[in-house]
Amino acid sequence: MKAFKKSALLMMLTTLLIVATACGNGDGSGSAAEGGSEGKGGSVKIDGSSTVFPIMEAVSEEFKSEHPDVKVPVGVSGTGGGFEQFTKGETDLSNASRPIKEEEKKLAEENGIEYTELTLAFDGLSVVVNKENDFVDQLTVEELTKMWKKGSKVKTWADVREGWPEEEIKFFSPGTDSGTFDYFNEVILEEKGIRKDAQLSENDNILVKGVTGSQNGIGFFGYAYYLENKDNLTVVPIVNEAGEAVKPTGETIQSGKYNPLSRPLFTYVNNKSLKENEAVYNYVMYTLENAGKLAEEVGYVALPQEQYDKQIEKIKEIAGK
Amino acid sequence: MNLVNKEQVKKKMASRLFTNRILQGLLLLATLFGLIVLGVLIYRMTTQGIGYLSLDFFTNFASRFPEQAGIKAAIVGTLWLMAVTIPVSLILGVGTALYLEEYAPKNRFTRIIQVNIANLAGVPSIVFGLLGLTIFVRLAEMGQSVLAGGYTLSLLILPVIVVASQEALRSVPKEMRDASYAMGATKWQTIQRVVLPASIPGILTGSILAFSRAIGETAPLIVIGALTYVAFLPENLYSGFTAMPIQIYNWATRPQIEFQELAAAGIIILLLMLIILNSIAVLIRNKFQKRY
Repeated sequence: MKAFKKSALLMMLTTLLIVATACGNGDGSGSAAEGGSEGKGGSVKIDGSSTVFPIMEAVSEEFKSEHPDVKVPVGVSGTGGGFEQFTKGETDLSNASRPIKEEEKKLAEENGIEYTELTLAFDGLSVVVNKENDFVDQLTVEELTKMWKKGSKVKTWADVREGWPEEEIKFFSPGTDSGTFDYFNEVILEEKGIRKDAQLSENDNILVKGVTGSQNGIGFFGYAYYLENKDNLTVVPIVNEAGEAVKPTGETIQSGKYNPLSRPLFTYVNNKSLKENEAVYNYVMYTLENAGKLAEEVGYVALPQEQYDKQIEKIKEIAGK
Repeated sequence: MNLVNKEQVKKKMASRLFTNRILQGLLLLATLFGLIVLGVLIYRMTTQGIGYLSLDFFTNFASRFPEQAGIKAAIVGTLWLMAVTIPVSLILGVGTALYLEEYAPKNRFTRIIQVNIANLAGVPSIVFGLLGLTIFVRLAEMGQSVLAGGYTLSLLILPVIVVASQEALRSVPKEMRDASYAMGATKWQTIQRVVLPASIPGILTGSILAFSRAIGETAPLIVIGALTYVAFLPENLYSGFTAMPIQIYNWATRPQIEFQELAAAGIIILLLMLIILNSIAVLIRNKFQKRY
């Protein structure tokens, strides 16, 4: 019994302590702009898209070895969740797999947040089918729209193009919260949403398994997921604006030949943090100098070098350096 | 007079025994089903993740190179979270249960509270995350800190602890309370020295199961803005943090197969932590258990 009393007392004391510290400090982390005063080397607050996360993780990891005093953690609240914090001034950098939306711009304006859009890398949305599927040689944007959009009447491959077998298609798509879906929705689905019987998953690996496992499956996801599984999947060449059927590869994505399904990946930086917080400036410069190489390492496609150089100039100008 | 129609009984005996056996089999199947699923899970995780379990895995921070990646920040983050969640939820939960069971008058108001607590236990965890984001992170200006995360998880498991504790308090026989009062003890003395010690096994079993749930939660932490890549350990309650389930989820969704194996290794560690917690629950129950 004595032991119990002791432990109970200990627990109560701990709670008291916690409550006391909670009351004592009203302003825990402070706003992003004053992050520089925190600790020796300061800190940079980064949140946003899970698609961009691997790039930023790599940047943070490398940055840490050069600036060990600076804290550069990365969160993944998603593109929308990231912007929600960013437009309130809670974060310094917001990663995004789509450009900022009108209503988010408005929010930023209301809160007096000025920002700069930076492009980090390209991703090519890859449309894939099962390895055993040998008849889908290419698809046009119109065909994709017909297949995927809400209320689509397509059931079998024969409905897509004459001559293809009359076998029922199984659809796999990223979840509607993801930036990947947003992008597909914009360029293929005419902003109308996806067909109801498509299987959605927030985890793109599930989509890979879905298409690998069903002979009549079709799905789309980021280029990195195709690259990792290219022995088990067949990628579908997409007919671009010039009328050529193009497969997603490093070159076609970078040159823009693979369109309309290649998309830029962004990060947005708070101008005020850039000017006032040395750590943020250093981090952003470091990002732009290394994003290309690091993006390739984690499965994305780098921009042409001059685009990074141009952005570096822009940042220097804004920060007044 | 023959009260039992033996003829009738004999005739039905075979079918009764048969039903008995069928049901026994079904129940055994139900038990095995859970065990087999657990077995398959453990087997899969072990075969996938065992290669990554080394000392480095515990001492390294996350990395883009799978062979250098570790869960140091996640493990320490989870321990910090638990250091906040366990005392807060236990004291608030047991306190609530004590009030409701021992002090509160049985009227319409307490009945409403009761129903609402039961309802809260069924609210999806992401809703608690939104609540935590509004109240702790923004209103109380705690930021995306260990403290905010710990409080949010406490709220999440509070209803479960309250219900379990109430159940445990209720199971203390009335005679024991009466005996205590008869000796001249006050209500609080009775609670402190008779009721609580007698109900400790029940309270702790329920609570530790609730803590196990809190350890595995990802959604509410992501919503309050817990970080994913963290290359430092929390220094105080206001530091940013990451937790095991967040790290595991992040690895599991990466395209490279090596990261999925890392996720498996993380799951093994998380499972081990859960097993340890649950064994503590069993130990405590055995130590304090008395039959009345």
